[in-house]
Amino acid sequence: MAKDRKKIEFQKLDELPPMVQSQRSMAANPTGSWRNLKPVIDLASCIHCTICWKFCPDAAIDWVDDNPVINLDFCKGCGICAEECPKKCIEMVKEGK
Amino acid sequence: MKKVMMGNHAISHGATLARVQVIAAYPITPQTQVVELLSEIVADQRLKAEFIKVESEHSAMAACIGASSAGARAFTATSAQGLALMHELLHWAAGARLPIVMADINRAMAPPWTIWTDQNDSLSQRDTGWMQFYCQSNQEVLDSVIMAYKVAEKVLMPVMIVLDAFSLSHTYEIVDLPDQAVVDKYLPPFDYKYKLNVSDPHTYGGLTTPDWYMEFRVKMQEAMDQALVEIKKEAVEFEKAFGRRYDPVEPYMVDDADIVLVTSGTAASTARFAVDQMRKKGKKVGNLRMRLLRPFPFADVREHLKNAKKVIIVDRNISYGYHGIWAQEVKSALYGHSKVPVFNFIAGLGGRDIFPETFVEIVNKVKKLKKPDQELYWVEVKK
Amino acid sequence: MKPTLPLEELMSPGHLACQGCGAGIAMRVSLKALGRDTMFTFPACCWTVIDGPFPYSCLEVPLLHMAFEATAATAAGIKAAMDALGKDKTTICGWAGDGGTFDIGLQALSGAAERNDDIFYFCYDNEAYMNTGIQRSGATPYGAWTTTTPVKHFKKEAKKSIDDIVAAHKVPYQATASVAYPEDLYKKLVKAKDIRGFKFIHIISPCPPGWKARPEDTVKLARLAVQTGIFPVYEVDGGKYVQTMKTPTRKPVLEYLKLQGRFKHLKESDVADIQRMVDTRYAELEKRFQGC
Repeated sequence: MAKDRKKIEFQKLDELPPMVQSQRSMAANPTGSWRNLKPVIDLASCIHCTICWKFCPDAAIDWVDDNPVINLDFCKGCGICAEECPKKCIEMVKEGK
Repeated sequence: MKKVMMGNHAISHGATLARVQVIAAYPITPQTQVVELLSEIVADQRLKAEFIKVESEHSAMAACIGASSAGARAFTATSAQGLALMHELLHWAAGARLPIVMADINRAMAPPWTIWTDQNDSLSQRDTGWMQFYCQSNQEVLDSVIMAYKVAEKVLMPVMIVLDAFSLSHTYEIVDLPDQAVVDKYLPPFDYKYKLNVSDPHTYGGLTTPDWYMEFRVKMQEAMDQALVEIKKEAVEFEKAFGRRYDPVEPYMVDDADIVLVTSGTAASTARFAVDQMRKKGKKVGNLRMRLLRPFPFADVREHLKNAKKVIIVDRNISYGYHGIWAQEVKSALYGHSKVPVFNFIAGLGGRDIFPETFVEIVNKVKKLKKPDQELYWVEVKK
Repeated sequence: MKPTLPLEELMSPGHLACQGCGAGIAMRVSLKALGRDTMFTFPACCWTVIDGPFPYSCLEVPLLHMAFEATAATAAGIKAAMDALGKDKTTICGWAGDGGTFDIGLQALSGAAERNDDIFYFCYDNEAYMNTGIQRSGATPYGAWTTTTPVKHFKKEAKKSIDDIVAAHKVPYQATASVAYPEDLYKKLVKAKDIRGFKFIHIISPCPPGWKARPEDTVKLARLAVQTGIFPVYEVDGGKYVQTMKTPTRKPVLEYLKLQGRFKHLKESDVADIQRMVDTRYAELEKRFQGC
């Protein structure tokens, strides 16, 4: 199954599989709009411990070049990362500010 | 090779010849010999299959659904209460489009406790999306298991092979066991395009909104329409391979018959015997045996009943507050196509025998009536 | 720093779990341990919805959705098919919630455990029927509010000891785990993957809406559940009990209870009752950890 972000639209009955069979990844469903609070990482204080990445229920933190990168397309703003950060260097900021 | 065997063993041999790969079953009288013989066959490695001895019929069907989804040819057998327990998963198997084959030994539903035959168990599963083939001989039972996989795997819908408790399941008849090589040629290995596959992972049966649900139901109906075409095709192909033919319905002296008795299961062979007796006395009576409940052979029923002046449906089942279930099916096929009066008799519930004389009496009664004066007539009940 | 778990994600973002869902962490970590050569079956549970609607899915391994009570039997069927087809290396998993495990699916679970079918059975336990809107299950703890155990008559029965029920089947491997300790869960799964036979994994997975807790407290609650002794984390490997997350000084249960609205109505005496129950249960388990 392609891990792409494309939505899929069937036009005709013939294009459907005979049974309900997934065709695409939920990565086509950006859940970032659920968020009220946005995590902002202060990378200067970050000790790169991977704890925020490890606990994300949404797989919305990528680990890139030894740094956490919040994927705001998907982050639902639960705040686990900020709560669990041992350095308290993630702040939950109101969306739109 | 010809062998004398009980109907239940004909099922086991049919499943063995069809090279089923996963069997999951739970014992229930009168089905037990099916699974006992299969256990022996698998233990002796005469069949390379996994046999899961599950803790309930519900789990039997669940395991078959899992196995079939993973691409294995799956088989189970049950009866009455066991079939009813499976009910939820019968919908699941059909909705998931899995070509599972199951034998159901028709046994009446409790309470009161009973182990004898009638058709209320299988007919209660009419709307689950399973094809249902009603058999009248042990040979037909064995052959039907093999043919069922062929049809099921073509259209991706499950099949129930149905036979009467005791009057078939425990009755010994001569059965021709086909050669494995001939069966293998007729029935190729199951190659499931939609199987669970780690190299091409998909999710099956997920949440589906009103935007899509109905289209999948259209597809199931189309598959059943196609199944009828395939069943007719396989009647010919099966005959070519094995020399025996099974059509959706089986007419017997209907063309010039004034009265046609419509029956199913072993009652059909008894009815035929009665037809012969009545014919000898100059009565123009015929018999139409219903082999298929689903897909329903509308056109065949209309065709074979078009000359009849009266139609009698003898039902070994009842829909309480309505009438017999086959009567409902046949009437619906005739509606708008024929004005023939249809008489419905309920007979043989809970394993009460249906004798040739029963049919003679039914015909005699109908001869006196212009059209039915009751929705149904009970046969041989104590007054 | 090197991540303590593999970077590869087999669960995509964009799924439909609520904010701070413990079951999301449970699946994400489990997939990292199980790898691509894995198949799942789900009964009706939160994950039925989390996975996403047709034609989407958030898993990158095959998944068969199935009826509520059928998880273990379905997994056994898939496994039998894979054996019959000569693909016996693939890991087959049932993945069910607590309702599907403790209650409606218990018979099939017991059947598969007794047969020692070579499958994983996962129970992600959020301690109520959360998907249908927080109704009590056999896994709901004493004292909890749910929509069917209102405050006036909160749950008076203790949580069913599913682990002891499974243990009575003498399965080759079983373990409890908490989403607060992903490395522990990961290690257990990697180890159990090589064990033939029935494997039962019971994961405590906090549910912010159902527990009336803050979403950011999910991991904290999963940790406190262990640290208070409410949900001891251990494994039973070939009959041998080993406590994998040690709790030499247990925290008072109040620390766990007070973070959750579902326990808000409890009086001091109720909390004391819970503390006693937890102490008794913990003492029983401790004997097993010491091999008595």
